[in-house]
Amino acid sequence: MLRLPSFTYLQPRTLHEALAMKTDAGPDGMYVAGGTDLYPNMKRRHQEPRTVISLMGIPELAQIGMRNAQCGIGPCVTLTTVSGHPTIRDDYAAVAHAAGLVSTPLLRNMGTLGGNLCLDTRCNYYNQTYEWRQAIDFCMKKDGHICWVAPSSPRCWAVSSSDVAPVMVALGADYVLVGPGGERVVPAARFYHNDGINYLTKQPDEVLWEVRLPRPDGWDAVYHKLRRRDSFDFPVLGVAAWVRWEGGRGTRDEGRVAEARIVLGGVASWPQEVPEAGAALVGTDLSDEGVAAAADAAYRPAKPMDNTDFDLSWRKQMTRVYVSRALAELRRRRLPPAR
Amino acid sequence: MKRTITLTVNGAPRSVEVEPRALLALVLRDQLDLTGTHIGCDTSQCGACTVHIDGRAVKSCTMLAVQAEGHAVTTIEGLAAKDRLHPLQQAFWDKHGLQCGFCTPGMIMTAADLLAHNPKPSEAEIRHALEGNLCRCTGYQNIVAAVQLAAGAR
Repeated sequence: MLRLPSFTYLQPRTLHEALAMKTDAGPDGMYVAGGTDLYPNMKRRHQEPRTVISLMGIPELAQIGMRNAQCGIGPCVTLTTVSGHPTIRDDYAAVAHAAGLVSTPLLRNMGTLGGNLCLDTRCNYYNQTYEWRQAIDFCMKKDGHICWVAPSSPRCWAVSSSDVAPVMVALGADYVLVGPGGERVVPAARFYHNDGINYLTKQPDEVLWEVRLPRPDGWDAVYHKLRRRDSFDFPVLGVAAWVRWEGGRGTRDEGRVAEARIVLGGVASWPQEVPEAGAALVGTDLSDEGVAAAADAAYRPAKPMDNTDFDLSWRKQMTRVYVSRALAELRRRRLPPAR
Repeated sequence: MKRTITLTVNGAPRSVEVEPRALLALVLRDQLDLTGTHIGCDTSQCGACTVHIDGRAVKSCTMLAVQAEGHAVTTIEGLAAKDRLHPLQQAFWDKHGLQCGFCTPGMIMTAADLLAHNPKPSEAEIRHALEGNLCRCTGYQNIVAAVQLAAGAR
């Protein structure tokens, strides 16, 4: 049986208290929400905080609210709640769908939105027990010096494996961070780094305070996920597709795409936007030709490494297929069913 | 450093002295003698350790006991009313929903959460709800049949 190491557990009731506790704990302190990723990781000594600061006792972090027609979700809202919340299901269906695809129902009852957005990057050479990693002399992400996926690489190639993060980047959501120095608002796209070790721009002492979703005004988005089993597994490929229609969503005129974003999960150390794919869709009505051009554009920069499930080249090929399917779904949803 | 936490377990208030790193599954089994909660994989895969926290099914091997402080925990021992089996327990008996029985407490706790929130689930909804619980004996068919039977009995 894998044992957790010893640590001190703190339960702040306010954000102010949490920030002070983190300051006192220093680099050995770490925030936790649901713990569904952190605690198994601590058993394998991926993270070794001496002080664990739970954010779950801070009421404001577990709220969903509307302000200026924008939906704000607290990071400690569970993934079950995100996937079942009426406003999120109606106006942000891609967010609800992606949250509902994470792991299993039991972990979604405990795991949180913030936890999934800040999920540690993953790699076959990293997500192993301490003894397994010791046997290969560790890797640069933890305890070692080399990247076993690309041994001459100066950087770590662990994979962004969040389902919800690509959707947030595609939607253009904003993350509100609060740290000892005050509050700052960061677009989701700028919250992530393409580096397996330093994969977040969030500072360790900052708390993700709120996720602000854009107004539902004339855009639509979908998320498609590739994995071996239809449960449990992290994405080996995620495709978030977002379009803004000329004339608005659900209108019956022959509208065209005014703006589009395609964001890939599972192919890099961050949710990877492919601007060329979005650009290929502008001005089209998501015709077969437009979809094919976008899928082709998304295929080219997708650079999966041989460090997750499935064959490497097949995963890259699937980028084209999954982008096409995502865009086909958006096209189908273009018109509301006739009444 | 150990601390004393108070929580409600199967309706009764309990106090227990735990280290922060003590997993809820271990505290239930070793300190509260509730060994119906099984530990299979220890890494949040198998679901044998499923219990309810405030009515929602979670994996107690991936949860610290201190996280349950002030909350209501229900284990498989808390389902039956004295000498009468819970409808799900009876249905697993009637439909042969178990063979070795190791996964059964977790299966039943997950199914109880499902039926509490969705009293008349479709077969697909049952299978979806049970996705986080692994069984290596039954092939799941009779487990699904048992949950359908229990849903019909309500």
